[in-house]
Amino acid sequence: MATPALDIRNLSVSYQTDRGELRALRNINLQIPAGRIIGIVGESGCGKSTLISAIIRLLAPNARISEGEILFRGDDLLGLDPKAMRALRGNEISVVFQDPMTSLNPVLTIGRQMLDVQHREKHPKAKKRARAIKMLERVGIPDPAEQLNRYPHHLSGGMRQRVAIAMALMTDPGLLIADEPTTALDATLEAQIIYRLQQLQRDFGCAILFISHHLGVIAELCDEVVVMYAGEVVESGTTRDVFLKPQHPYTRKLLDCDPARIKQATRKLPVIDGSLPDLLELPGGCVFRPRCDRCIETCAIERPELKGDRHRVACHVAGL
Amino acid sequence: MLQFIARRSLLALFILLLAVTLLFAMIHMMPGDPASAILGPKASPELKAELNQRMGLDQPLLTQLGRFYTDLARGDLGIDVFTNREVSEIVFEQLPYTLVLVLAAIGGATLLGIPLGCFSAIRRNSLLDRVTAVMSVGFIAIPTFVIALYLLLWLSVKWRWFPAMGAGASGDFVDQARHLVLPAIALGLGWVGYIARLVRASMLEVMEENHIRTARAFGLPERTIIVHYALRIAVLPTVAILGMGIGTMLSGALFAEIVFSRPGIGKLLHEAVMTRNYPVVMGSVVVTTGFFVLSTLVSDIINAALDPRLRETGRSS
Amino acid sequence: MSVQRGVIAEIFGRLRKDSLGMTGLVIVVVILLASIFAPVLTPHDPLEVDVYNRLVSPSWQHWLGTDQLGRDVLSRVLFGGRIALKVALVAISVSMAVGLLLGMMAGFGPKWLDRLLVICFDTLRSFPTIMFALAIVALTGPSLNTVIGVIIITSIPVYGRIVRTQTQALRENDFILAERAMGASTARILRDHILPNIAAPLLILASMDVPAVVGMEAGLSFLGLGVTPPTPSWGNILSDGYSYLRNSPWPIIAGGIPLILVTLGFTFFGESLRDILDPKLRGKDGKG
Repeated sequence: MATPALDIRNLSVSYQTDRGELRALRNINLQIPAGRIIGIVGESGCGKSTLISAIIRLLAPNARISEGEILFRGDDLLGLDPKAMRALRGNEISVVFQDPMTSLNPVLTIGRQMLDVQHREKHPKAKKRARAIKMLERVGIPDPAEQLNRYPHHLSGGMRQRVAIAMALMTDPGLLIADEPTTALDATLEAQIIYRLQQLQRDFGCAILFISHHLGVIAELCDEVVVMYAGEVVESGTTRDVFLKPQHPYTRKLLDCDPARIKQATRKLPVIDGSLPDLLELPGGCVFRPRCDRCIETCAIERPELKGDRHRVACHVAGL
Repeated sequence: MLQFIARRSLLALFILLLAVTLLFAMIHMMPGDPASAILGPKASPELKAELNQRMGLDQPLLTQLGRFYTDLARGDLGIDVFTNREVSEIVFEQLPYTLVLVLAAIGGATLLGIPLGCFSAIRRNSLLDRVTAVMSVGFIAIPTFVIALYLLLWLSVKWRWFPAMGAGASGDFVDQARHLVLPAIALGLGWVGYIARLVRASMLEVMEENHIRTARAFGLPERTIIVHYALRIAVLPTVAILGMGIGTMLSGALFAEIVFSRPGIGKLLHEAVMTRNYPVVMGSVVVTTGFFVLSTLVSDIINAALDPRLRETGRSS
Repeated sequence: MSVQRGVIAEIFGRLRKDSLGMTGLVIVVVILLASIFAPVLTPHDPLEVDVYNRLVSPSWQHWLGTDQLGRDVLSRVLFGGRIALKVALVAISVSMAVGLLLGMMAGFGPKWLDRLLVICFDTLRSFPTIMFALAIVALTGPSLNTVIGVIIITSIPVYGRIVRTQTQALRENDFILAERAMGASTARILRDHILPNIAAPLLILASMDVPAVVGMEAGLSFLGLGVTPPTPSWGNILSDGYSYLRNSPWPIIAGGIPLILVTLGFTFFGESLRDILDPKLRGKDGKG
């Protein structure tokens, strides 16, 4: 098997706070094969942002990686010195962030920012500009040459996000991380951007880590999906397997609550009872137990490990 | 952008017009007649009448106002009754000295303050940061003339490091620079800390913003991020403050000029007030006010040039 | 009443942790007490001339030395404090009151009134303060009342603007809209809802304004355009000291210290108060 683009092994990250150690990620195992699109699904607070920050190694000063490895094309990112890591950012690993309104520098033109992204290349300015224009065309921005001279606040949210995608793909990275790129946009825009992303992925061949809580988008875009809950991976597998035959109680509930799946008109939308656990004081055993309606005795004592072949689940009652 | 400049300029002109009218009104609404004030209560009626006529004080108010505007438009600020020279000539002779002083003070304060603020933000709670913090809170409010007097006392009279009086021999750049140091420090000292603190606060805010995170995620060198991405936004409040600060500086410059016996508008105005030389008083105030309005206008324009968001709505978010 | 006590106690508690703010408060209190009790504290009559002891350096008899007419500098400094504080008190309260009124009118009233007032404010603010003061004094002659008057005229736009901005911001708040929907009159809204919300920033501004006002009075007196001799004012002491600079540095040193103390004290205190009451208020100084 070819070296995966990203291979996260047993990653644990915690934050040192005034009130104690906040264990944000625990024993994360995740693989992204080269050129494939992997989705991460989970509600707010599941640790997605920490995961991204850990991969690109821009964690907050009070964060600590207590164990694990993050292998990018076989090399452990955690072993790299800051200079080497910086060389990868925006080059081999790119990120598209969630909020298009604030992700771009407001006082510099689009052109300036797109040129700055290419700062490692020794080409003349004109060549860099041409490349930027070409990239803008590919993400579907009209009149790209003109847009280079404009400022972010002149563009709509959808346009800005396209620019962000253009910037991220311009350097032909091996891995693109997309952090809920369409959450802040309306549904039509979302569809357009997802479509573009699919096309671009086919053309560029990069691996994509796509984070979202829109299950429909994940189903459409991703080959495989990982379900995260409160800092752990609870289920992973092909999108088909996980969405059609969910094994973990949390995944089941998540799918039940998806508004797109509701077939009958109803006044009561299904919700998952309970709330996220306090990451400062984690109960022993399975982290989902307080909200699970299928738990057994073992669930309170022993933490379930991720088990399985292609379709993996961390649950004591799965398959029973 | 041009639209913005046009609009702002028109507004500035209007305000200036009002200000000047106010000055005119003040002079003519004050009790007592200027002629007696100038010549003394014992002056004979004929002398007073002659002065009145010379200064045009015997004509109806509206006519005087009209003449005032037209004269102003032509750049005519009247005649100095004592020396018979054109007021505009006198004023513009002294203006450069004041401008040089103010520019030196602002230049020094900015050159020191911005890097100081930047370092304070990057190295929070270091010794430098805390010293700057204390300095900046207090110093801006200490009256310029107090600082000037102390500087004069220690550095000039006591230790003789710098000259105590005048602007230096004309043509001799070094000598003039030496004469500029103490007054410029007196004017600018408070501002160094103030600017540093503004920049520090701004930087801390900006560095937390999402677009800086994006820049880091793209692997841009830290230096580029700090200087070109963050600082560029962080210095904006400074430019705004400086525009307003020029007004305070002009007032402060007056004191600096008097304490150090430097030529300049401040000194001119002071002497004119002491001698009740109304044309010169008026002329000086008109020119300085005009200059102040102009500097506020320029600072607004520079602001809009640096932060494109200000151009349309005048707000920055 | 008990709510207010609780608030004050809390403010005090937080103030105690801020060493700079406490220092400021201590200085302010000391200055206030020294000035109020000046007649009791001064060893000599500030106006008493003693030509045999001109320009004496500090000694047991004269803690800060004497000036060119043999008058005790310490006594003059203490009495100068009374002048400074009187000016500050009168000028700030009047300009704050008028500024408050005009600012609320501008912020809450019809658009044309707002425009008119803003233009008035901007026009007054377009004069460099001292220049303006000089122009007025040139016309009316020097006197303490003129100084107070000038300070008031130049301060009103500053307070007015701040009040206006705050009022405008508050006006859009839902609770104000709710009050209006229930038919509350403008005066009532202004008095009961807007005013309490503006009080804190205004008081902080006033505290930070004291150094500026005192400085202006001192400056004008220094130029010979304020308090008339022989009445002592910090500015007078400094200008006398300036004339006799080469004979004795002490009048200048002594005259400058109270000004520096007032500035640092009120500024530290005001800053600390501002941090305590609302950290979001940074950067809204009216006077640079």
